[in-house]
Amino acid sequence: MDINKLQRVSDYQWRIEPADGMHVPGLIFASEALILAMDDKVYQQVSNVARLPGIVNASYAMPDAHWGYGFPIGGVAAFDPQQGGVISAGGVGFDISCGVRTLHTGLSLQQVLSKQQQLADALFDHIPAGLGSTGLIHLNSKEMDNMLRGGARWAVEQGFGEPADLERIEEHGCMQGADPAQISDFAKKRQKDEMGTLGSGNHYLEVQKVVDIYDETTARQFGLALNDIQISIHCGSRGLGHQIGTEFLKSMVVAAKGHGITLPDRELACAPINSKLGQSYLGAMRGAINCALANREIVTHLTRQAVKRIFPDTRLDLLYDVSHNTCKLEQHEVNGESKELYVHRKGATRAFGPGHPSLPAALRAAGQPVLIGGTMGTASYILAGTEKSMQMAYGSACHGAGRNMSRRQATRLWRGRNVMQELADRGILIRSPSLRGVAEEAPGAYKDVNDVVRAADQAGLARLVAKLEPLICIKG
Amino acid sequence: MSAAHWQHFEHEADIGVRGTGETLATAFEQAALAMSAIITDLSAINPAEAVTINCEETDNELLLADWLNALVFEMSTRKMLFSRFEVSIHNGQLAATARGEAIDIKRHQPAVEIKGATYTELAVYQSQGLWIAQCVVDV
Repeated sequence: MDINKLQRVSDYQWRIEPADGMHVPGLIFASEALILAMDDKVYQQVSNVARLPGIVNASYAMPDAHWGYGFPIGGVAAFDPQQGGVISAGGVGFDISCGVRTLHTGLSLQQVLSKQQQLADALFDHIPAGLGSTGLIHLNSKEMDNMLRGGARWAVEQGFGEPADLERIEEHGCMQGADPAQISDFAKKRQKDEMGTLGSGNHYLEVQKVVDIYDETTARQFGLALNDIQISIHCGSRGLGHQIGTEFLKSMVVAAKGHGITLPDRELACAPINSKLGQSYLGAMRGAINCALANREIVTHLTRQAVKRIFPDTRLDLLYDVSHNTCKLEQHEVNGESKELYVHRKGATRAFGPGHPSLPAALRAAGQPVLIGGTMGTASYILAGTEKSMQMAYGSACHGAGRNMSRRQATRLWRGRNVMQELADRGILIRSPSLRGVAEEAPGAYKDVNDVVRAADQAGLARLVAKLEPLICIKG
Repeated sequence: MSAAHWQHFEHEADIGVRGTGETLATAFEQAALAMSAIITDLSAINPAEAVTINCEETDNELLLADWLNALVFEMSTRKMLFSRFEVSIHNGQLAATARGEAIDIKRHQPAVEIKGATYTELAVYQSQGLWIAQCVVDV
């Protein structure tokens, strides 16, 4: 990105002055090096989001921002329904509520290393991953609607998951206001055999060890110590979310003119929050959030079964579950006044600060755990939400590394078998149904996640707590 | 020699598909081939089973997205991959046959699942007598 087009607010905050119909400025949180590496399209997309009706404060981009669809991936924007604010299907994305959860295992590093192969095989055997895989649960239309209304709570009621998990999931595992009637039969048909599946692409399940602690007090509050073994799961709302995204994107493009909205980019398709279409999308999107929460809960249940096969006395407790692609109604302070805003986070993590009422008692003093996924060969990080972040970007932080090359380029540079061997030499076992998929997801195809989390920490969006490195990766 | 061909183009997070042909319908067929090629090698897919697809949309660009998304839906719900396409388009009415087979994970080694065709870089136009149909697909 051309840094001369930006105004430096601080070493980690860069401003795009409002111009050409922008209602608010753009604000990018990143180091100078990350700004220089960012695509110019991010500049364009941050500016375009600032042109949407009813946007409040600014159009934000997180340190991992990259070229997305309408919104940049790593984009955050809030809209005020009282000011004609909009809700955007493109601003949420196709994989609605795709997210990460991290589980404590209580296992020691020695235990895992002594049975690393068996554990990798058990997890790969037990958890459906990759294109064409189906789950063990098949939903009829009544159960589908119950799942869409109930989310992870529904999964727990069905015996897939534990009640204690729920308070450690955003919205306590159940997004209120979901309306299954707004979800098409096509979307439901795409989902009926897909509950409890990992998906493919950048979705994964990893067994990780804690290799560094940056903040002892918060780590203790999160239940993390050096050499602890964690399991992290990255997946989303599967076919249902994709189909809802596809259908509402088109409806919103077609209806934009009638709503008096000029779209700077068709992918920014949106509708006024207080319109029939806006409300319809909201009800459908909330159902997709519940689908993602239920899906991660079921995958967790399968993970627990797989781990117990190798280590029968293990208990897997949930640290936290975060969602990346959402639009949520939240209370935020704007110019000293409390407002209800619809906050879009596209490839960005909610990162509520200490004391926030939505956090469970055990985590309230520390702030919300912010779980940042890396790649197969690199680190993942756990951060905590800050008071400052609530003021800076509606309590939001980055979500991952982001690619630095296309899939095609990656397959030209690497072969799946070699990537697996190199990682095995470093003590990381990969299990995947597709060697080409492994090549496309090679660690070298991603940006350095270390730079991204350091920038988030330095900017004050979230503070670093712990670093984790993979021992096993199940790749979809 | 036919001018029909397909290619992929770069997108930072995902991948673009572009079909070129002497007619709009051929360009759409080629774009569909480009999309299947994101998942696996086309030569590995046996075009044994036929699926009928119909879409209706007067805007050619939205029609392209509808067509590719209809294929995404069929691949997802039938657990199939497609490698041969016959498309006809008249006055915004698209009628097509897609031929392929059930996914065999071991043989096809599917690299990614396609979430949907997007409106990013979406364009359908004529250049030097050829039709070009393209968009970025989210994987």
